[in-house]
Amino acid sequence: MTETRAGAVTPAVHHGAMFDTNELVLNMGPQHPSTHGVLRVVLRLDGEKVVDADVVIGYLHRGIEKLSENRNWTQIILLTDRMDYVAAATNNVGYCETVEKLLSIEVPRRARYVRTILCELQRIASHCLWLGTHAMDIGAMTVFLYAFRERELILDLFEEFCGARLTYNSMRIGGLPLDIPSGWDRKVLEFCRIMDSKILEYEELLTHNRIWLERTKGIGVIDGPEAVAIGLSGPALRGSGVPRDVRKDEPYAAYDELEFDVPIGAVGDTYDRYLVRMEEFRQSLRLIRQATEGLPEGPIVGKVPRLIKPPAGETYHAIESPKGELGYFIVSDGKSTNPYRFRVRPPSFCNLQGLPRLVRGHLVADVVALIGSLDIVLGEVDR
Amino acid sequence: MADDPAKDTGPVAPTGPGKTPASGQEAAPGKPAPPSGAAPVATPPARPAPKPAAGPPPPAVPTGPPDPPPPEGQSPPAFLAALASALPGSVTQLSYYVGDWTVIVPAAKILDIARYLRDAPEAAFDLCSDVTVTDWPPRPERFDVIYVLYSVRQRHRVRLKTKVALDQPVPSVTSIWPAANWLEREVFDMFGVMFTGHPDLRRILMPEDWQGHPQRKDYPLEGPGELLMENPIDWLKLRQSRDEADIE
Amino acid sequence: MIDLFIIPLLKIAIVLNATLVGVTYMVLLERKVIAWAQSRLGPMRVGPHGILQPVADALKLMIKEDITPVRVDRWVFTAAPIISMVPALIVYAVIPFGPEVTLFGRQVTLYITDINVGLLYVVSVASVGVYGIILAGYASNSKYPLLASLRASAQLISYEVAVTLTLVSVILVAGTLSMVGIVRAQEEAGVWFAFIQPLAFGIFFIGGLAETNRAPFDLPEAEQELTGGFHTEYSGMRFALFFLAEYANVIVVSSVATTLFLGGWLRPFPSVDALAFLDIVPSWTWFLLKSFVFLYVFVWIRATLPRYRYDQLMRLGWKVLIPLAIVNLVVTGFIRLMVL
Repeated sequence: MTETRAGAVTPAVHHGAMFDTNELVLNMGPQHPSTHGVLRVVLRLDGEKVVDADVVIGYLHRGIEKLSENRNWTQIILLTDRMDYVAAATNNVGYCETVEKLLSIEVPRRARYVRTILCELQRIASHCLWLGTHAMDIGAMTVFLYAFRERELILDLFEEFCGARLTYNSMRIGGLPLDIPSGWDRKVLEFCRIMDSKILEYEELLTHNRIWLERTKGIGVIDGPEAVAIGLSGPALRGSGVPRDVRKDEPYAAYDELEFDVPIGAVGDTYDRYLVRMEEFRQSLRLIRQATEGLPEGPIVGKVPRLIKPPAGETYHAIESPKGELGYFIVSDGKSTNPYRFRVRPPSFCNLQGLPRLVRGHLVADVVALIGSLDIVLGEVDR
Repeated sequence: MADDPAKDTGPVAPTGPGKTPASGQEAAPGKPAPPSGAAPVATPPARPAPKPAAGPPPPAVPTGPPDPPPPEGQSPPAFLAALASALPGSVTQLSYYVGDWTVIVPAAKILDIARYLRDAPEAAFDLCSDVTVTDWPPRPERFDVIYVLYSVRQRHRVRLKTKVALDQPVPSVTSIWPAANWLEREVFDMFGVMFTGHPDLRRILMPEDWQGHPQRKDYPLEGPGELLMENPIDWLKLRQSRDEADIE
Repeated sequence: MIDLFIIPLLKIAIVLNATLVGVTYMVLLERKVIAWAQSRLGPMRVGPHGILQPVADALKLMIKEDITPVRVDRWVFTAAPIISMVPALIVYAVIPFGPEVTLFGRQVTLYITDINVGLLYVVSVASVGVYGIILAGYASNSKYPLLASLRASAQLISYEVAVTLTLVSVILVAGTLSMVGIVRAQEEAGVWFAFIQPLAFGIFFIGGLAETNRAPFDLPEAEQELTGGFHTEYSGMRFALFFLAEYANVIVVSSVATTLFLGGWLRPFPSVDALAFLDIVPSWTWFLLKSFVFLYVFVWIRATLPRYRYDQLMRLGWKVLIPLAIVNLVVTGFIRLMVL
């Protein structure tokens, strides 16, 4: 398909004549109402069946990794917000935890609990957005509005906490910049109460709906070992029956002190991934309730040197973002105030890799459903 | 130690394993390779270093990560010993830092080691979390190719590290972990490391006809500027002719 | 002379205008109802509670630039929306809004005409509308519209069969093809045909959804799939015509359903004398009310249900609806033969 000379590479896919004898090449995106951002999928169709798909990304590449080599350790928190902008606090947490690992700092318990609450709120917010866009792609447009109504409640909570609705910059190395405002935990519990009934509303509209079942059952089936091999993580992997969750396997923040279950699918189709994420709503609410009710007193930020300069060394640390395993690989050279190498392992990037494998043999209408089912955010894919 | 003598209140937790790379504890049989470059020697600045502002005094250019060996009490996990015995000469160095195990291996043996790590039951590394590269320009073997692996069944993690020079190809592990496909493509795009045996090695984040590899240390942050768009008109004509050739 | 020319012309004028206004206000109805279903308000600015929104929409579409792509088939491109719109309007020639009433001392029928093959006329004219879609996709000379129009036409043709079979069962029960005759038959039977032929009613309704490209059968024009479907290349007034043609078709299906299954202009329970006080409501009001209920249900379904994929849609039409319609027809025939 291509020549691989170092440097110059020819484009791998031709936009061939409109009426090829056998196959039609159809280009979806980068501007398309439902590719969730600037994603381009070049489909080769045999009638309506997809023979092959080539995913072209890079339209949102901003060079965050290289930029980070020129920012000091605290400034990078701002940049990490903008990767998975749907769930920005989880990016912050992952980064701060990695640097804390390098510095071997201990984060006070209260800060860990608040971080957990924020991460779980983000998980719900991200899944709300996923649900809304996924349902809208399949045609149920009302769920989109309902899910965003709940997301607004979460964004209001965040605005009260740190002043921003989308890109929070809400963590610092060693803890959080501010303690939670008074009454915030009551509002969080109130939100949990509201959310419980709303989840029922979504399920009423979708889970046993005949048309929904027909559109999602049996679409994009991938079994456990193959899903692991192809690099899926997060709910996309758990839908295939693999019990992998970073919160359970390599606990961070306050997860080792809280009780929760990890939902796992059976078959590995779109419907299972949907069910896994719906159940994750409930588990997140459970975690938030536990963390809020059991919030310990104490300092909100640990003992951190004023000038952050981790000693020379490198480490990899992963957390469970709503999309999957978000990993940070950071190298410090011990001398400068910037990291030497800042690498993000984006879950959406690795999940999107599986799209050609999932989409093969399905119809064009399923491509959109599968992109939604993988739950990608282009900011994270392209960085 | 790179503490800032004048400013900090001191990190709280114990600093973990020792940071001197040259201590003799090697856990694996096989040639004890010398550490790949002296650890960056921290010459404390003569005056208190200012807060990160413009123009701190340039430190000595780092020549490589300090890969500290495991301290006395830590014994490497069983699969590492098994790896060293199953594939002799595979483990160049073993390192342990803040709870992570890193195995430094020669580039030529990557495929065998990867296959062993995936298939051996006590290792069972079936999830390739990440493939990435760090660029240490002053070193002759410039790139540190790093593989982060995780085992879903055994729930443990390990990092593999290889050192390659510029223009030295690395065998691709896509045949062992398909997850490495795009990850290696990104490494190729950003650093220019060639992977032999990769099914589809082309640029992924940059446009297909981009020249240069952006994340190398000698690539300017602002981009190549005029170097690339030497003559925009010619570039446009080239693209037009390519488009016309496409429409049959 | 008056009876021959003036009155029919007046009727045509009234019906056409009412239909066109109704079509534009259907747009507003849809936007409002879907908004309320989604816990928001819909158009609120133009006029009190957005009442004048359709006026603004019509004005906007009329003054918009009409972009005609270069490589289209010019005549067909222009003709396609007209071919889509006109059949929907001329179906109204046979739809009865009410029986004979006395207006200004004259006996006037509240329908434009009553041909004795009214139902056949309706079915045939409505089928012509499919041509508009096919020609639009063909004339646009572009991949997306072509794919979409082929799909849409295949969908429409499949569901035509099911719908027509149900209409045949109605004819069996009513004994006549004339639209007025069918309503009279319901009056005689004393009960709406929806209760005598529930299966036919259901199939007609689902088929009607599919015939008019409404959710959950709106894949050919689903934005998310094919970016606009067969009317991707259209803009300005031509696009408006397609848009309006769809809503006109919806109103036609509602009107036909009302006539055939819900008793047309009859009040509920026409044979029960105790409810005779309901007769103060004029007959055409009953007709409009019933049609409105249908319109509301159409919009309600659009707000609620996800969309069928194309192959599932075709499977539903051919493997479920057509066999059911045939069974219904056979059973109706038997009962008619044996009992009546």
